[in-house]
Amino acid sequence: MIVNPETIPSRPAPASRRGIIGWLRANLFSSPLNSLLSLSGLIFLAWALPPVVQWVFLEANFLGENKDACTSEGACWVFVSARFQQFLYGFYPDTELWRVNLFFFEMAAVLTWVLWDKMPKRLWGGIWFLTGFPLTSFFLLYGGFGLETVETHKWGGLMLTLVLSLVGMVIALPVGILLALGRRSDMPAISSFCTVFIELWRGVPLITILFMASVMLPLFVPGDIELDKLIRAMIGISLFEAALIAEVIRGGLQAMPKGQYEAADAMGLTYWQGMRQIIMPQVLKISIPGIVNTFVQLFKDTSLVLIIGLFDLLAVMQAGIADVNWPNVAIEGFVFTGFVFWLFCFGISRYSQLLERKLDTGHKS
Amino acid sequence: MFRKNTLSSAMAESASMRFWYNPTFRSVFFQLLFIGLLFLLVATIVNNTTENLEQRGITTGFDFLNQEAGFGILQSLIEYDETHTFGRTFVVGLLNTALISVLGIALSTIVGFLVGIGRLSGNWLIARLSTAYIEIFRNIPVLLQILFWYIAVLRTLPSPRQSIALGDSIFLNLRGLYLPSPVFHEGPELVLIALALALVVTIGFIRWSHQRQEKTGKSLPNFRIGLGLLVVLPLITWFASGQPVSWDTPVLKGFNFRGGFAVIPELIALLLGLTFYTASYIAENVRSGIEAINKGQTEASGALGLHTGQTMRLVIVPQAMRVAIPPLATNYMNLIKNSSLATAIGYPELVNVFMGTTLNQTGQAIEIIAMTMAVYLTMNLLVSLFMNWFNKRMALVER
Repeated sequence: MIVNPETIPSRPAPASRRGIIGWLRANLFSSPLNSLLSLSGLIFLAWALPPVVQWVFLEANFLGENKDACTSEGACWVFVSARFQQFLYGFYPDTELWRVNLFFFEMAAVLTWVLWDKMPKRLWGGIWFLTGFPLTSFFLLYGGFGLETVETHKWGGLMLTLVLSLVGMVIALPVGILLALGRRSDMPAISSFCTVFIELWRGVPLITILFMASVMLPLFVPGDIELDKLIRAMIGISLFEAALIAEVIRGGLQAMPKGQYEAADAMGLTYWQGMRQIIMPQVLKISIPGIVNTFVQLFKDTSLVLIIGLFDLLAVMQAGIADVNWPNVAIEGFVFTGFVFWLFCFGISRYSQLLERKLDTGHKS
Repeated sequence: MFRKNTLSSAMAESASMRFWYNPTFRSVFFQLLFIGLLFLLVATIVNNTTENLEQRGITTGFDFLNQEAGFGILQSLIEYDETHTFGRTFVVGLLNTALISVLGIALSTIVGFLVGIGRLSGNWLIARLSTAYIEIFRNIPVLLQILFWYIAVLRTLPSPRQSIALGDSIFLNLRGLYLPSPVFHEGPELVLIALALALVVTIGFIRWSHQRQEKTGKSLPNFRIGLGLLVVLPLITWFASGQPVSWDTPVLKGFNFRGGFAVIPELIALLLGLTFYTASYIAENVRSGIEAINKGQTEASGALGLHTGQTMRLVIVPQAMRVAIPPLATNYMNLIKNSSLATAIGYPELVNVFMGTTLNQTGQAIEIIAMTMAVYLTMNLLVSLFMNWFNKRMALVER
């Protein structure tokens, strides 16, 4: 009888199952259909990628002042760099640009304060974001306190896009919360009003609301009051967004177990105390993905103001490519603007995913 | 203020409470106050509006719907020219909105399902490509995408003489897409009758096959037999009746194409923009619907001996539908609403024709905006009614 006292050492997996070959077999060529799909995917990439890279980087022109600088076959990024000031600030006067820069800086600072969890006193940051920041921004951008007034029709570009979305955010969140609470109220007059309001605004395209704001709103106010075009757009966008936020918050309110409301009552808290200290913190937490999605939506939707004649980033770009001095730069303009929008939206949604993971306490109803 | 406090309603019984702590009193008081303020606001608005309208000399009422419109429309599904009424322009716009909605919903569903399933594919490359597609198209405003297709792509196409040709019957150029159109001769009814007949037979066959499976446990390849019936029967009739439909191909005559069926570039751009944008949302919903199904379901159906296709069709998809359909309806609704962006490129749908041109010509903002909004609200209502019905039908029936 032969006994082998040693354990036989485990042998490595066959060559076809490990390393790059193993990975390729498992992930790309596991079946005939998969092989076919992988091959067509590879062919697509080989067909599409090189020309794109060549156009965007290798054969593109970056430096120069006007169209003559674009000599090669690739993209004419000179168009973007020559018009960069307009893309950022619209038609804001040259001498006052520092005010917009200060606004950008304050926005970046306050957003970092609120959004980065290592910052101290973030609650105060939030309060500043909702109160002080809009006020200082208004005086910075519009004028007052010794600053020269810059009329809103000179605002434009990325600055206008950001202003519209920030105003939308700051107004829509509190109004949306009130509407959601109102819709779930016991009082028939208030709940029916809120329901009708939400459904009316939510059910129609934003563009009809913008038209309404620009055509009908002037009819609603006394004849001698002239409402600024930008303000009208802001009112339309904010109320539209508030209705969307209200539905998100309502979803959160409905997800709260009834015991939470009863516990708040049992503690002797008034309605508003209970809402502020027990219900809302939990509701806002579970509604974060929905709220952020709505804000991304809002950011994209601000581009619609182009149709009522405001010059946001997209509209400034469109005006730029229509310029006779810059023929054939349409694709460059769209790619650049699309990239800027994409960067913001992608960034916000990534942040929200991060936040969701962080706030996940493991309680799942 | 918004909710009666149940605890205090018990306390209110005691006589020592002041009447303003009584929840019933407070509720009635706040509601009356609210209604009063609302009434005041509405009254002010109505008052201001009538004053403003008088000042600007704008008439009110819906009489304008019977007036002659006096402007042409680029594309119309019904007979229309300058002499028709504003009421007719409303219908033309509505039909064009319906056209773009139906086409957009169909195309974006196909693309969205493919990409959504692709994202879950075990194939690494396909999954990555699908993810890239979703992240790119979802994060760029749909208006920008529509304008991109229209200005940067379709406007740079060659003139009709240098058209891009696909075979010798499909042409793409600056003026649009030219497709061959069917011409009906005698007897296409026969083919339709054959198709209807095949449909009835197929439904009957599938019912019988299901009953047979319930009794004996043996199943037939229902799908293949049904498809065969649906294709073969009309095809036989088609050839038997002497091919009653021929194709009218577009031909270049002078500066433009004649014959065939022309799709205007505005429609193509809008369709491309809406489809790719909405499809990225649909793909995410399809993915989350499939991911919501417990892995045990896949394993259980594997243990029962179903192969991958059957697992998908009989176990996963019916359950995933329950999760995916409500957000899908929202996507469709958003597509219908986004179709109004056509006004930026001049495709004549409801908002462009009615809220744009008609409003400019008549100046009757209130009536026109109310009518347009009513259309979208009605569509919204129909979609949500359908969704409620569907949810009830699909809801888990627990025993």
